[in-house]
Amino acid sequence: MNARLFPLAATIAIFLVAYAICYAQFPAMLSTRVVGNLLTDNAFLGIAAVGMTFVILSGGIDLSIGSVIAFSGVFIAVLLRDTGLDPLPVFVMLLVITTLFGAAMGAVIYFLEMPPFIVTLAGMFLARGMAYVLSIDSVPIAHETYDALQSLYWLMPGKGRLTFIGGLMLVVFLAGILVAHRTRFGTNVYALGGGVQTARLMGVPVARTTILIYALSGFLAGLSGIVFSLYTSAGYSLATVGVELDAIAAVVIGGTLLTGGSGFVAGTFFGVLIMGLIQTYVIFDGTLSSWWTKIAIGLLLLAFIVLQKGLVVLTERRQSAARTG
Amino acid sequence: MNARFLRRIAPQIATLAAVVALIAFVFPGFFDISLANGRLYGSPIDILNRGAPVALLAIGMTLVIATGGIDLSVGAVMAICGAVAAWCVRQDYGLVSTLAVSLSAGLACGVWNGFLVAVLRIQPIVATLILMVAGRGIAQLITEGAILTFNHEGLIFMGSGAVFAIPTPVLLWLAMGALVTLIVRRSALGLLIEAIGVNQRASMLSGVNARVLIVAVYMTSGLCAALAGIIAAADIRGADANNAGLWLELDAILAVVIGGTSLLGGRFSIVASLIGAMIIQAVNTGILLSGFPPEFNLVIKAGIILVILVLQSPALRVATTFIKPARSLR
Repeated sequence: MNARLFPLAATIAIFLVAYAICYAQFPAMLSTRVVGNLLTDNAFLGIAAVGMTFVILSGGIDLSIGSVIAFSGVFIAVLLRDTGLDPLPVFVMLLVITTLFGAAMGAVIYFLEMPPFIVTLAGMFLARGMAYVLSIDSVPIAHETYDALQSLYWLMPGKGRLTFIGGLMLVVFLAGILVAHRTRFGTNVYALGGGVQTARLMGVPVARTTILIYALSGFLAGLSGIVFSLYTSAGYSLATVGVELDAIAAVVIGGTLLTGGSGFVAGTFFGVLIMGLIQTYVIFDGTLSSWWTKIAIGLLLLAFIVLQKGLVVLTERRQSAARTG
Repeated sequence: MNARFLRRIAPQIATLAAVVALIAFVFPGFFDISLANGRLYGSPIDILNRGAPVALLAIGMTLVIATGGIDLSVGAVMAICGAVAAWCVRQDYGLVSTLAVSLSAGLACGVWNGFLVAVLRIQPIVATLILMVAGRGIAQLITEGAILTFNHEGLIFMGSGAVFAIPTPVLLWLAMGALVTLIVRRSALGLLIEAIGVNQRASMLSGVNARVLIVAVYMTSGLCAALAGIIAAADIRGADANNAGLWLELDAILAVVIGGTSLLGGRFSIVASLIGAMIIQAVNTGILLSGFPPEFNLVIKAGIILVILVLQSPALRVATTFIKPARSLR
């Protein structure tokens, strides 16, 4: 089997085994209701994690995601409260703002040659700060369009509900897979992750690609913010603290190398589902405390990183053996 | 040597002076220091005191970053060590054994990070991410989800006591900074750490025991985080697993970056990082004192980071070399 596919296969296998264990203990887990909730509850994380996958594939990192989601929620809530605008133009305005914000971070990273870690850290402070400036209170959202979107769902067989936001996450993942593997931009992202210098020599437009990657991440964080506001019906500047870490964890558990250049968007999907599954299990069990979620995710992270390390060492050995032998 | 050292920390001193001058301009009573209950009070003392956790973290972080690594777990380690200290005190351990157990917990966290980075050769940002995610869970496991409060005089002294009128946290970070600076600069250790940061492979080929040094560096970071965690817990007389040291790893990294140590590793200055930590705290205190709405705190901080980063960016340095007059003719 192709060594690149192995982490993805391992992620899917772990997801299936984990689900089987859950099913053995709680037969009710295997219902479309649980599946529907799993998709709905993790929709905002999944959408943000797609953007993070592209950033990490290119060898970068984006710490601003959680703050941008919070900013989006507050922005929507305040605009809907203070102006008579319909949600749809507000959504468009928001997505333009977050996309430009991401593009600006990408431009700073490329043109000032600064590490993405520090630039997006400043972006994280800025977005969270702007959310505070807009409102420090939780602002409720009440609008007919919101009610309509929230009650929009497809009744799956078995009475499970695939909600609008759950479906939107699936669409974003499909689009992400297509962009990563079927467009020139996707190929450029992988090339950047393999090495900036090599990519430049191969003729990859490094400046444009870097800016586009962070713009895409900003756009998806904004979209995730819209989904989160639909999920909670409110905008709160202290919400979604640390979502960027969950997104990074989902990407790593999904089998993407943090050094960039290797991984799959589909893997991130299963990474998000595994993290959601752990939470669902803790809720189903009832006696476990919530901190076990964190410890379990930490252990999973460790397992995956060691697994990937082992694979890299193995392929290197095979290559050097092939060279000498 | 001395002139060079001064030139190295001059930008940081200038920034700190500018920030302090700005605060003093907006808030004239800034320099009022008073002595009450055998302890100094006043805004400058407050900056030194409140900045203690970030300053301590910045000491360890400087060494880690100098090796080309990064330690994201320090905030979580603070939570773990604070929880351990509170747990020990509640089990009626003495002050010495409480501190010993808590500091060993920090060292153990450092060994774990160092093992992942140096032996398993995992990227530092990923390796320490594991403890950052799991660490708060472990801390909650120790506190069993509650905030462990305590009323132990000795432990509280670590957070809010004073020796010769100077608050204990200030003395702790000054002592730790001086100790680590002495150890790395009065021996070859500092040079070896810089060698690893510049090129690990080359340093190993020239006989530097990079593995041991990297583990030691992460252990130092863990120890500093443990001390910061004890101070943070003693300050509020309780261990809060959820909020102790939350996002302080970012402030610590920022302090190091403001201090002019490159995130790519190599040359470092602990003194500059400590001044960086004080700059961050001065900005925080200044915004509070000047009567700005605290909502603007983060926006202003982001702006300051951006300005400092632009000034330090390699791209800008290339541009300025063309503007500067030639130093010597060849």
